[in-house]
Amino acid sequence: MRNAFIHSLIEEARRNKDIFLITPDLGFSVLEKFAEEFPDRFLNVGIAEQNAIGVASGLAISGKVVYVYSIIPFVTMRCFEQVRIDVAYMNSNVRLVGVGAGLSYGPSGATHHAIEDIAIMRALPNMTVCCPGDPLEVRQILKESVQYQGPMYIRLAKSGEPQIHSNDTEVKIGKAIVVCEGEDLAILATSNMLETAYKVTCSLKEKGIHCCLISVPTLKPFDYQTINELINRNIPIVTLEEHSVIGGLGSIVAEQIAESGKGVKFKRLGIPDSYSHYVGSHVYLREKFRLSENQIITTLESFIYKKTL
Amino acid sequence: MNMYVRNIRKSILDMMYRSKSSHIGSCFSIVEILYTLYFKVLNIQGSTYKLEAKDKFILSKAHGSAALYATLAERGFFSKERLREYYVDGGSLPGHLDMLSVPGVEVSAGSLGHGLSIGTGIAIAKKQECKSEHVYVLLGDGECNEGSVWEAAMLAAHLQLTNLTAIVDYNKFQGFGKTNEVINQRNLNERWLAFGWEVIEVDGHNIEKLEEALKAVQKGPKVLIAHTIKGKGVSFMENKLEWHYKSPNDQEYLLALKEMEDML
Repeated sequence: MRNAFIHSLIEEARRNKDIFLITPDLGFSVLEKFAEEFPDRFLNVGIAEQNAIGVASGLAISGKVVYVYSIIPFVTMRCFEQVRIDVAYMNSNVRLVGVGAGLSYGPSGATHHAIEDIAIMRALPNMTVCCPGDPLEVRQILKESVQYQGPMYIRLAKSGEPQIHSNDTEVKIGKAIVVCEGEDLAILATSNMLETAYKVTCSLKEKGIHCCLISVPTLKPFDYQTINELINRNIPIVTLEEHSVIGGLGSIVAEQIAESGKGVKFKRLGIPDSYSHYVGSHVYLREKFRLSENQIITTLESFIYKKTL
Repeated sequence: MNMYVRNIRKSILDMMYRSKSSHIGSCFSIVEILYTLYFKVLNIQGSTYKLEAKDKFILSKAHGSAALYATLAERGFFSKERLREYYVDGGSLPGHLDMLSVPGVEVSAGSLGHGLSIGTGIAIAKKQECKSEHVYVLLGDGECNEGSVWEAAMLAAHLQLTNLTAIVDYNKFQGFGKTNEVINQRNLNERWLAFGWEVIEVDGHNIEKLEEALKAVQKGPKVLIAHTIKGKGVSFMENKLEWHYKSPNDQEYLLALKEMEDML
């Protein structure tokens, strides 16, 4: 996803001279091509995230479209008040681009994990929250972000994620994407869980369980219409995210179901309300939080066959 | 006594008296600085109520908002009638700055330590577009406790931004007492120098000296350490910490008003 991001940004920057890229000294071996091609529109401000956001806001109110790139906790939480005032309150065209969704930074430890970012960013008025699930979603969201008005948070995974969607899939900010149809269960996946959700859907199909898989690349503004349709069809709904179960996709869908006045079977799959004290790779940590493909299949089978209370 | 300066102080006094809000001392210490900027230094074009500042000014110590509103109204950015809308139910001028409130407020602010970064960003954009416009940021001395101020100071010096000027309102008081007693920054001058800024120490109530210092040619970012008096202009408010918080009662209002009128 990092490569999809930087290649798309370079392409857009060739067409639009207002695009500016700031880093608080992260992105080594990712951002160099941009810096070489557009030296006047690239700025490493040093390891100073609060200043990075303030400077970005100053550039944005001067007419630039400013992308600030760093690891998620540092570009969202270290400088949270600058994001709140200089970006969200001032409604400036700053794009916070965070890399390392969920547990992507695995053995680096909990300081580098991102499990609260969606909840925090979506609580900010004016902030659009995009969590692309594959490189195609990254490219199309990035393309739309250039002209998009107001602040954005773009949550990237890391690298090597496969493309799930076909090349002709249309990705629009604010719209969920139906990847495949099914009547037994609806799986809503966001960010770096899309690939796993897709594999789970394929495996369940072989077992005779037909899932409706929906990718949710935008968590705010949320595509409530798609959720309402699922609620009206009375399909059991499961949300899948590498984020705390508090405040992310699962919370959004739960709120909508609760306010719909209609009951539907529902489950949130994500990271429980805890930091990881485990040491290990991304794959290893996912297993610890029961988010591997096989563990999710087991959970979903028991969810489907368990009778509603 | 300059008529505009007196009017600005009177407006501030009225606003604080009516709204019963805090920070009158912090507003009075920056009146000459704001006057000098808006009447002598900033490139402002257009006619009354349709003014546009080509240079940018950011009030980073936004608890001094009433002083900015009063100065903008005095300069003709909007009607003085609007000053009655400060800090009251149904008003339009909040206690800290909202860029959507009135013409002339360039940046929203109210949490300390944000303005110099934003100013640095604007200065970078102007430099890149080869505009001759200048960016001014007014900071409090207490505000210089914030680490983010020094993050911005480092970057602006590294980029040698000749179009950025900071002004520190060195009134020597902050929340709990004298700034140097809360946390020592006696060598403020040397600190800015060490960060690579040109430093000019100036009497923050001397309009001539302020104008000279603000207009002095700079080879990089420049900071004015403006020695000011908290509560300047009203004898019983000067250098008194309590006027960081209090608003004048009926008697104090009349006394202050009389002092201002006697000064003409």
